[in-house]
Amino acid sequence: MNSTFSLETSFQVFENFGHSLRTAGYHILPTNTEQIATAFQLAKKSGLTVTLRGAGRSYNDASLNGGGIVLDLTAMNHILEWDPATGVAKAEPGVTLEQLWHQVLPDGWWPPVVSGTMYTTLGGCLGANIHGKNNFKMGTIGEHVLEFSALLPTGAEITCSPKKNADLFYAFISGLGMLGVFTSITLQMKHVYSGLLEVHAWPVSDLSAQLRDLQEGAPAYDYIVGWLDATAHGKGLGRGQIHAAKYLSEGDDPNFEKTLKVKYQTLPSTFFGVVPKNILYIFMKPFFNNLGTWAINTAKYVASLRKGVHRQSHAAFHFLLDYVPNWELSYGRRGLIQYQSFLPKETAQEAWTEMLTLSHKRGLPSYLGVTKRHRPDDFLLSHALDGFSLALDFKVTDSNRAKLSQLLQEFDQIVLAAGGRFYFAKNSETSPETALRFLGVETIERFKKLKGRTDPNNLLESDLYRRVFEM
Amino acid sequence: MPDTNIPAATPLQPRRRGIIVGASSGIGAALARRLSKEGYSLALVARRSDLLNRVCVEINSEYHEVRVIPIVHDVTEYESVPELLRKIVAELGGLDLVVYNAGVNFPPGIDQYDFTKDRAMLEVNLMGAMAWLNPVAAMFQSAENGQIVGISSVAGDRGRIGNPGYNTSKAALSTYLEALRNRLTRHGVNVLTVKPGFVETEMLKAAQRVLFAIPPERAADDIWKAIRRRKQQIYTPWIWRWIMLVIRNIPSIIFRRMSF
Repeated sequence: MNSTFSLETSFQVFENFGHSLRTAGYHILPTNTEQIATAFQLAKKSGLTVTLRGAGRSYNDASLNGGGIVLDLTAMNHILEWDPATGVAKAEPGVTLEQLWHQVLPDGWWPPVVSGTMYTTLGGCLGANIHGKNNFKMGTIGEHVLEFSALLPTGAEITCSPKKNADLFYAFISGLGMLGVFTSITLQMKHVYSGLLEVHAWPVSDLSAQLRDLQEGAPAYDYIVGWLDATAHGKGLGRGQIHAAKYLSEGDDPNFEKTLKVKYQTLPSTFFGVVPKNILYIFMKPFFNNLGTWAINTAKYVASLRKGVHRQSHAAFHFLLDYVPNWELSYGRRGLIQYQSFLPKETAQEAWTEMLTLSHKRGLPSYLGVTKRHRPDDFLLSHALDGFSLALDFKVTDSNRAKLSQLLQEFDQIVLAAGGRFYFAKNSETSPETALRFLGVETIERFKKLKGRTDPNNLLESDLYRRVFEM
Repeated sequence: MPDTNIPAATPLQPRRRGIIVGASSGIGAALARRLSKEGYSLALVARRSDLLNRVCVEINSEYHEVRVIPIVHDVTEYESVPELLRKIVAELGGLDLVVYNAGVNFPPGIDQYDFTKDRAMLEVNLMGAMAWLNPVAAMFQSAENGQIVGISSVAGDRGRIGNPGYNTSKAALSTYLEALRNRLTRHGVNVLTVKPGFVETEMLKAAQRVLFAIPPERAADDIWKAIRRRKQQIYTPWIWRWIMLVIRNIPSIIFRRMSF
């Protein structure tokens, strides 16, 4: 931002990940803390609100601010300190998980919690308080933050840790960027002895087996995740495949020096050695309808019947979504949405049976289902609980919108009745009433009170915040 | 800024956002009704607050939600436009479409010359359009997105004996819109010039004679169709395209002898 900056000529269209939302706002790209402070002053002077945006990987409107300022933090992308002896990294908020693991893996470390894509930024990861396939064991990313600094919209700078400004620490992380801007984040990495994981895969014949294996299998592994064939009916409802992985112990990998190298981890750029991956989504498009995805899911399930153990690189195991660049474009012009629900282990099976059956009855099967095992955490706007999550992807079309909206509202009621929760980086249709019911009025009031302290002029607002928290 | 909340847009309930300048009656009000039926969230800008509020209440109560918000503003207050525009865009949550429909017609009477009237017409019909559409064009060009609609008139196609000021204002508006189009098309922004013939509005009272008059709702339908198809210019009703083709080609030697 320089002296010739004009709001009109910074107007830009932003989309969610999934390309199902488009709104325009004023784009500001700060490179340091002073420029963030200047942006807040400009916002105040112009009567505009500010939303923080990283990689824009949220499935909903978390980083959108229609008609307001979008503060793009991707240029603040420096790893400030890295200590290979202790595994502690200090980084700016725009640093991506990709940058981070590239830095730390060759020294024998791995980020303790990663998302399904490595293109997310640390600021975004903390704002949403992401979890990975090890949530049952390692919790959310916030549990591995030793300290962070933040700039408040008032211009004040604060430092928070689980001990210092603890109330703000537990609210900033999970706080959706509504309290202030992370300016540096100090994170403890996890020590690894190899660039490989030992991955076990086995089929599960129905939802009951799926949830049983997630729960009973989890303690023996470091990571566990289920694929759920959401197109399967009747007896096979909830069938799928479990992938569970363990870190290798010291000495298990004689070639650890080689496998820890970034080059060894890198995902291939072509499929079968010939098809460039960045055009693959075009060939996937014709299959992204009810019949095509039924065929794919069925074939995948049949293929999964062969159990197996194999070694796989960290990147290949974790960043499945990055295998096919732009895969989300396969969902067509109107994009996709994801519906993720978190349910206590006692009620999950019954509730998801009801939801999957309902989606089939309405002719709106999800094209992809993913299950995970979770445990609760101490963050204010937490989505986690002792139970499971199921993420369902749905294609959006002009003709299914009204029906899908109705279906998801019914899902919300089922989830709430079963004591479930939601994740703000995923669901795009959560209503204020639903948020109030799963978070509780006390939590929302506490959050707003803290916001009143850090952001007294309410400069920080996103489309998500207005949609869910402004009643 | 009125204390009203436009419902949030979600992937399953998308909303396009627009501004209609000059929306308290006539074509503007009819277009507001048409676009809100298509799911647009709109800011309706007009000088006359009573009429404007009536239109807003009518539309919002029909859909049981806030689809339009009233903005009282006089288009000749040029300096206040950029700030007002920013406030409106924030309130709407973005911007996809701007319609400039504000227009006045003060015929001076045959053989009369009236600078006050001429200036008033130029100020509303042309200068107001430039005050609004310049910042809009800058924003749309930057976003590489959006559509601008200017309601000009068949009256801008020739200078005639009855109302030189009005002809001039509409001719200039058409030229201005053409220039915007030539600037913005390369940036993915569409500019539509609408040239209505006679439409049954208050302005029709100023007309000396009336031919093929249509209700404003029909003009609004034509304009909506053109917006959807991202057309560059339309006449409404369509017959004026052919009438004006003839009129535009009448040689001056004949045209200056006509009492038309």
